[in-house]
Amino acid sequence: MRLLSARLSAKRRSPIAGLLVVLLGLLAVGGAYTLISPASADTQQADQSTVQEGHRLFLVGCSTCHGDNGQGVVTKRGTQYGPALAGVGAAAVDFQVGTGRMPMARPGAQAQKKKVLYSPSEISALAAYVASLAPGPSVPAKESYDTSNVKNSSVVRGGEFFRTNCTACHNFAGAGGALSRGKYAPALDNVSNKHIYEALVTGPQQMPVFSDEVLKPNEKRDIIAYINSVRDQPNYGGSSLGSLGPVPEGLANWVVGIGALVAIAVWIASHSVRAKKGAKA
Amino acid sequence: MSTATTNGATAARAAKPNPLAAVGTWADERTGLAGLAKKQVRKIFPDHWSFMLGEIALWSFVVLLLTGTFLTLWYKPGMSEVVYNGTYDQLRGVSMSEAYASTLHISFDVRGGLLLRQMHHWAAELFIAAMLVHLMRVYFTGAFRKPRELNWAIGCLLLLLGTLEGFTGYSLPDDLLSGTGLRAADGFTRSVPVIGTYAEFFLFGGEFPGDAIISRLYVAHVLLIPGVLLALIGAHMLLLVFHKHTQWPGPGRTNDNVVGYPLLPVYAAKAGGFFFIVFGVTALMGGLLTLNPVWRFGPYDPSQVTAGSQPDWYMGWPDGALRIMPGWETHLWGFTLSWNIFLPIIVLPGLMFTILLMLPFIESWITKDKREHHLLQRPRNAPTRTATMVALMTFYGITWMASANDILAIKLSLNFNDITYFNRVMVFLGPVLAFLITRRWCISLQRADQDRLLHGYESGIIMRSPEGAYAERHLPVSETEAYTLTARDREEVPALPSAADEDGVANRKVHLERLRVRANRFWFGSNIQKPTAEELEEARHHADHELQQISTGSEPHRLEAPELESSDPGQKD
Amino acid sequence: MSTTPHDGPTGTSPESSRENDLPAAMERPRADAPAVHPGDTMADPLADPGLPAHQPRPTDVDPRLERRAERQVATLFGLSSVFAVLFVISYFVFNIGPKPTIIAGYGAANIALGVCLGMAFLLIGVGAIQWARKLMSDVEMVEMRHPAASSDEDREAAISSVMAGIDDSGIARRPLIRNSLLGALGTAALAPLIVLRDLGPVPGDKLAHTVWKKGMRLTNDVAGTPIKPEDMEIGQLVNGEPAIFYAKKADGEPVIEGTELNQAKAKAAIIIVRMRPEDITPAKDREDWGVAGILCFSKICTHVGCPISLWEQQTHHLLCPCHQSTFDLGDNGKVIFGPAGRSLPQLPITVDSEGYLVAQSDFTEPVGPSYWERG
Repeated sequence: MRLLSARLSAKRRSPIAGLLVVLLGLLAVGGAYTLISPASADTQQADQSTVQEGHRLFLVGCSTCHGDNGQGVVTKRGTQYGPALAGVGAAAVDFQVGTGRMPMARPGAQAQKKKVLYSPSEISALAAYVASLAPGPSVPAKESYDTSNVKNSSVVRGGEFFRTNCTACHNFAGAGGALSRGKYAPALDNVSNKHIYEALVTGPQQMPVFSDEVLKPNEKRDIIAYINSVRDQPNYGGSSLGSLGPVPEGLANWVVGIGALVAIAVWIASHSVRAKKGAKA
Repeated sequence: MSTATTNGATAARAAKPNPLAAVGTWADERTGLAGLAKKQVRKIFPDHWSFMLGEIALWSFVVLLLTGTFLTLWYKPGMSEVVYNGTYDQLRGVSMSEAYASTLHISFDVRGGLLLRQMHHWAAELFIAAMLVHLMRVYFTGAFRKPRELNWAIGCLLLLLGTLEGFTGYSLPDDLLSGTGLRAADGFTRSVPVIGTYAEFFLFGGEFPGDAIISRLYVAHVLLIPGVLLALIGAHMLLLVFHKHTQWPGPGRTNDNVVGYPLLPVYAAKAGGFFFIVFGVTALMGGLLTLNPVWRFGPYDPSQVTAGSQPDWYMGWPDGALRIMPGWETHLWGFTLSWNIFLPIIVLPGLMFTILLMLPFIESWITKDKREHHLLQRPRNAPTRTATMVALMTFYGITWMASANDILAIKLSLNFNDITYFNRVMVFLGPVLAFLITRRWCISLQRADQDRLLHGYESGIIMRSPEGAYAERHLPVSETEAYTLTARDREEVPALPSAADEDGVANRKVHLERLRVRANRFWFGSNIQKPTAEELEEARHHADHELQQISTGSEPHRLEAPELESSDPGQKD
Repeated sequence: MSTTPHDGPTGTSPESSRENDLPAAMERPRADAPAVHPGDTMADPLADPGLPAHQPRPTDVDPRLERRAERQVATLFGLSSVFAVLFVISYFVFNIGPKPTIIAGYGAANIALGVCLGMAFLLIGVGAIQWARKLMSDVEMVEMRHPAASSDEDREAAISSVMAGIDDSGIARRPLIRNSLLGALGTAALAPLIVLRDLGPVPGDKLAHTVWKKGMRLTNDVAGTPIKPEDMEIGQLVNGEPAIFYAKKADGEPVIEGTELNQAKAKAAIIIVRMRPEDITPAKDREDWGVAGILCFSKICTHVGCPISLWEQQTHHLLCPCHQSTFDLGDNGKVIFGPAGRSLPQLPITVDSEGYLVAQSDFTEPVGPSYWERG
């Protein structure tokens, strides 16, 4: 590449103009991103009309992948579009549909959390229908996940359970972690207590099941209390850099630290302004 | 007739004694240091921003010493179990080691403690990063050549020891993340053939985790390694002072002089000021950016782990090599050889470090250059050297990124299995590609320089000949620039040695010598040598002629006539 | 390096470097080229124009600007003092401890102290550098270098001094003294080395055994509660420990605690998973190592020992977060991806008389990272 003299180039676009356009584009797209508001379903008595209503909704929105009667759809190759739902229970429906994971936009390794498409009563109806297929975990009672009166010792105990059972996938701060082949354990920063409980009990997708017989309800509640407490925890040391550990910290070190210091070194050794020609010292 | 020096009108007064001189005399009468001071106080140092990168490392080290000393006032390096009863709510009542508890105490109950911890840790990361950047600068500019090979070796040792110091340091809080790192170190030690388990048990004082490792790491971190670091830094600085700093070639700058500014006052101000700046930046980072929030990790427990377990960035590349290594183990006669750990963790770093250390000596063997070099080389003028370092950097970078594979997977929505396969290939292919591309790039830049020298720079003035052809007017570069462009060696390649000399005596080392000559040719072969005086004259003459040709006949049709600087068109500086 | 004339001059332009053996520029001999001495390679082809004339800065010529620069530097130093005082004030104003001062979700103490300290020092540095750049003399000065090597006389004198000393000592003539000295120093060095023996115990066969034994109950970690098979659902993962970790002695003290507990945990930690029986293909001698689709494996990765509990229940793969070793628990813990070299050890389990899951025996192979004498 020829070394062009900068004489005529002074008025041309600055090299960072392209970068600025990209940044603006990114900001616009990101700004248009809407937050998901998780719906909370009230536990209702499963009466026949609710079940029927649920079945009606199910046929419209779920049966393509889960079959007309929730029996699951298996492809010719033996893979499945959607698993059979007998026995997953109302809790699973409440979690999956309530966090927007279901209906999935397309079949894939991971159901992503997205906009919730059903109203709370619709979710209850769907849950009632699925629960009618076979017995399964029901939507938990409020006492199970209400952490408003939890003592600090319970929060501490919840932390011990969290670090033993949860951090391996979800990371020490609940910031999420990678699983194999593109799957992941999501971040826990925007999920309600009820949904945490339901996830523990039903084991959505790759997440294991933590049954109430082994991980008792009060222990689950302690875990939820701990998650809340670290989520609401102030950042004592400054920006948390995503709470992902040494990787973003190393990035900050190079970009901010070395970047600033090298820039300052360039300034220190740069030639200062010279006096106008003809000036005498 | 008197030869008085005054008119005697006012009373004679003794000259005011210089207080500094009094102190100096007192000291000199006891130490004899005036001779040294005489030479060194106004020592000349050349000026360039890239010469300050080593200073970042030096001043970070000073920040480390200062903040580290403060931290030792509160930190307790014990592994005995205590029940936490301090400020941090979420861990109250939890059993933990004394070391972890004291780290929590520093973070939450000592005012400024968290700042000190974070400053210390940021300074450590900056220290090693600065050493790397400084190493790259020294290598790319050829500053490691004779007589500075020893300083290069000391620098490599500093890098190695700095890395170890960082590892021992971040393991001291005994939190979940660094404890996991120690567990990995336990696995590494164990994988060494024959003596592995013995080394493991001796290091940890028994089975992992034992109760000795933290206090042993503490001694290494606070006393043993800093002692060696200080001595090596002292030697590094002494050699720098003795050899004087290298400088860029240019007008007035030769291999036998140093052009710049004196130590007192200019460099005292610039370097001293830079210390305050490094300290200040470290403090700002410590105040604004969380680093290693140990309270969120919890105390170390051998049955707990967090997703996203990486060591600090400077240990990233061996960790990455470990991740991409396939699971090879050999079982022979009841013994196990864990290649999957031994190769990336023990053999590879040793090999890389040795290569790094030997670079100046390999280069001097290839080039057979025994002269003292105090003038730097532009990276483009040593393409093979530059390409070598870029290849090494590519290797470092790929293994480093391999260590972040799970973070990259979740942040960029990728699949870490694929990232691993990609890295397994690129760790070999990448450096080769980088070498080839860099070398060609450097040679292209040399061509561009040659072009600029012989034909001048593109002035941006487009001229139109009477026939309608367009040509850009080139103007000759300034004498300063022309001299700077030609201030480099002319490389000469020796002939291939013959198997026997004229008398028929066989040359026993002919193969080695032939290898060396071939290496030499590869090293220098594609360099564009600077023109001789005649060629330069000829080219300039040619350029003038060309200029004339374009503008003969009618007036040259100028598209633009910007105001030119001092050099008049058609005239040489 | 001096250019030496070769045979066959060519007048090719320096631009057309060929890519074969030697570039044109090197081959070209120029019998009339100026003789270049090793010392002044830089003087060819252009002579050194010498240091450019010094150009003064505005602060050198204009006393007004000079005073302004002075004030600027003084202001920087003054601001630094302000921040230093603010640091001291922040130290007392912003609380930490049980009731920390939190502003906008951040710990105020750390941010305030950091910013104030940072600015205090930064401004001193910036001030010093501005002083150097704007006000200190920036006339370039020249100092001559000296060769790194000492003069030949000095070197000769040094060598002869050393040789004289060695000669005087007579060590060369007295091999008996020399050898016995070397022997003494060598054996003396044994002393500090041998003291290191008690750094730790020898490994023995400690690594091959854990606390697990026949009949020991599997318990849920942290809680210490034993587990019945019917408590576990398909797709469940339990992070478990041996029951002895929660056992108490008669006086209420734990049976194992402290360092010993950690050492035992580092080998005995387990995971219990329940899969559909059709997903399990047990090895020949492991058909009875599980209970109704419930299998128990070591939690300690065979790579370098991180605990694993990333259980992908649908693929029945177990993933280690440290280096991404992946084990298929439906296939006896075989490694299917990653740097681990050995499959995950399995603990044979059964049910005791009260219906709780218990171990049939200790692990049948050493747990954790491989080592030389593992076999």
